[in-house]
Amino acid sequence: MNRSIIISSALHGILIFITAMSLPFLAKKPLDIPPIVSVELIQITEKTNIPFAPKAKKIIEKIKEKEKKLVSEQAPPKKVKKNKTKTVVALDQNSEIENQRPDAIPLPEKNVKKIKTKKEKKQNPDKVDEEVKQVSEFEKKELFDPTNIAALIDKSKVDSAEVVKKNDDITQDKDRSIENTGLTLSEEDALKAQIFGCWSIPLGLPYNEDLLVRIKLMLEPDGSVKKTEILDHARMNKPGQGFYKVLAESALRAVKLCQPLRVPTTGYERWKELQLNFDAREMLEG
Amino acid sequence: MKKKFIILFLLLILPIKVFALIEVDITRGNLNPLPLAVSPLSIDNKSKKSFEKILKKENIGSEISTIVENNLRTSGLFNPLNKDAFLQAPEIANLKPRFEDWNLIKAQALITGKVTYVDEKLRVEFRLWDVLAAKEMMALAFTTVPNNWRRVGHIISDKVYERLTGEKGYFDTRIIYVAEEGPKTQRKKRLAIMDQDGANNKFLTLGNELVLTPRFNPTSQMVTYLSYFKNLPRVYLLDIETGTQEVVGDFPGMTFAPRFSPNGKKIIMSFAKDGKSDIYTMDLENRIVERITNHPSIDTSPSYSPNGKFIAFNSDRSGYQQIYIMKSDGKNVKRISFGNGIYGTPVWSPRGDLIAFTKLHKGKFYIGVMRTDGTGERLLTENYYQEAPSWSPNGRVLIFYRETKTNSKGEGFSAKLWSIDLTGYNERLVKTVTDASDPSWSSLLSN
Repeated sequence: MNRSIIISSALHGILIFITAMSLPFLAKKPLDIPPIVSVELIQITEKTNIPFAPKAKKIIEKIKEKEKKLVSEQAPPKKVKKNKTKTVVALDQNSEIENQRPDAIPLPEKNVKKIKTKKEKKQNPDKVDEEVKQVSEFEKKELFDPTNIAALIDKSKVDSAEVVKKNDDITQDKDRSIENTGLTLSEEDALKAQIFGCWSIPLGLPYNEDLLVRIKLMLEPDGSVKKTEILDHARMNKPGQGFYKVLAESALRAVKLCQPLRVPTTGYERWKELQLNFDAREMLEG
Repeated sequence: MKKKFIILFLLLILPIKVFALIEVDITRGNLNPLPLAVSPLSIDNKSKKSFEKILKKENIGSEISTIVENNLRTSGLFNPLNKDAFLQAPEIANLKPRFEDWNLIKAQALITGKVTYVDEKLRVEFRLWDVLAAKEMMALAFTTVPNNWRRVGHIISDKVYERLTGEKGYFDTRIIYVAEEGPKTQRKKRLAIMDQDGANNKFLTLGNELVLTPRFNPTSQMVTYLSYFKNLPRVYLLDIETGTQEVVGDFPGMTFAPRFSPNGKKIIMSFAKDGKSDIYTMDLENRIVERITNHPSIDTSPSYSPNGKFIAFNSDRSGYQQIYIMKSDGKNVKRISFGNGIYGTPVWSPRGDLIAFTKLHKGKFYIGVMRTDGTGERLLTENYYQEAPSWSPNGRVLIFYRETKTNSKGEGFSAKLWSIDLTGYNERLVKTVTDASDPSWSSLLSN
């Protein structure tokens, strides 16, 4: 009796401990919103013409100023230029680093060699400057890392540190944010606009019935449809579900007519499977 | 026990990465007519010659496919593609369509078929194909007497319409109307009937007596209409199939628009009695007349809801003529039209969701629809004078008549039948032999 009470209280204690320690920790993480998200928010407000609240405007301006400061605080272009060129060379020379390169960065060896030869043959500083100019502000910010000051001095450390950091940024942070958000609004809008044009709505359907067809698509990287699956397929052949069948068939025709779909050029892993929910009620109701 | 505890503990603290399937909601589409190809029905030489002798038609397969094509085009929901663009011959397409060819001309659906002469009868096989999915959607065969070939075309149209839109078609139907001839002051009015596409027109009365407001029974090919006999209004029943006619009864002056109840067992109409115009029903079996409304105002144009539980009518009890609904026993009268102008001739849709009406506002006549609670009023068409809307059996299209203005010499007057669908964009003139008014659409003949 006593034993079970002890076990029970111990388990409860563990649960309380986990709740107290883990959950706030998990809850905090998503607050690290990458700057890309804030850019998107600005675009929406511009489109919808909703005026900024004065307080929110001030906060956003402060954030923008901070971002500008960060850019201005980065290492002088010349130093970055040197680092950049050396990094590329190091990728080729240091086999250990190259082996650690994650799959998420598709950088064929041939390309690396080509860059290397270019750098070795042409040491024209003006052209290298152009390369630096092409780097986006976001990337520039990432190039400077106060924790890697030692690496700035020790060139070999620079190489490894920068490669690791870059890899981290692309494969983890970006992936995570995209996974959480799905398609961006502009990507979703492009896809919707394309399918709107292809979908001939069967006008005879009743608008006051629960008619929603969900279709799962498996896509090729070029947006062509590998496989379609009606998620509620059993309903198709049920008696009295004629309207559902008509709607489902029209949806399938739309998908086939539209392919290749206007999918993003990157991030195949996140959209290789899509679910389209076809709902004509809004249109039929007029 | 310990192991289980550790596993449970690990499961609790380890973050679980969830990959959610990206969902995109498609709530809009295009309302353009669906492009489809109606391949001429293939026919062998022997059958071709036989039908040429009987029907005096060179190629009955092409004739039937033309009927299907015209029907689908007039619905406004389909865009039959030009036959000149077809790459595959009808004989081969009927056996196995080459979907790439049909896809090339942007056809999303394809109709193929075959006509044969078997035992002095016409046998028609037809198939509907989904071009994009490269699969057969429907295959049916009909056998009938050769003279029925137009109906076969209409039935095929109905089947295709139903398969692709989800609702029943309205092509294998007829329209009864009042055929008018002569100058405006001395119109000769006859009862006439025709197919919904204007073919097979027949006059049912001689024109000696004035006929008004013919209405089809929703369940059979029976018609009720009003005629004046010795200047007294008389309600008739006419069986279209047998041609038999009977008098339902003589009624007092100012009797209006008899109309069947949904089960066809009653007639509802309005007539003046005791100095008031009210709504009455008559049981066709025992001829008992029952008063439904009892109000000092003028109540006219009653129309049952498809379930028979409610009646829509117009009344001037509020000062101006407006549309009201009530229970079939006359209780719970409720006004539903509140817009500017005068509302009249309410007709309940066979689908039950809408009421069609005529509206007069600032000297213009409108045909419109509203929901049964009066919301969502939509005016579909506007003109100098138009009225008497009647629903197609599927509740998708309205037929009505429109009169043109006479000039200063009293010339130029005409009355024609027009149809318009619920979108308001697909308005068409219905061809009639003479001038026409007061149309009424039958139910599907093949029901």
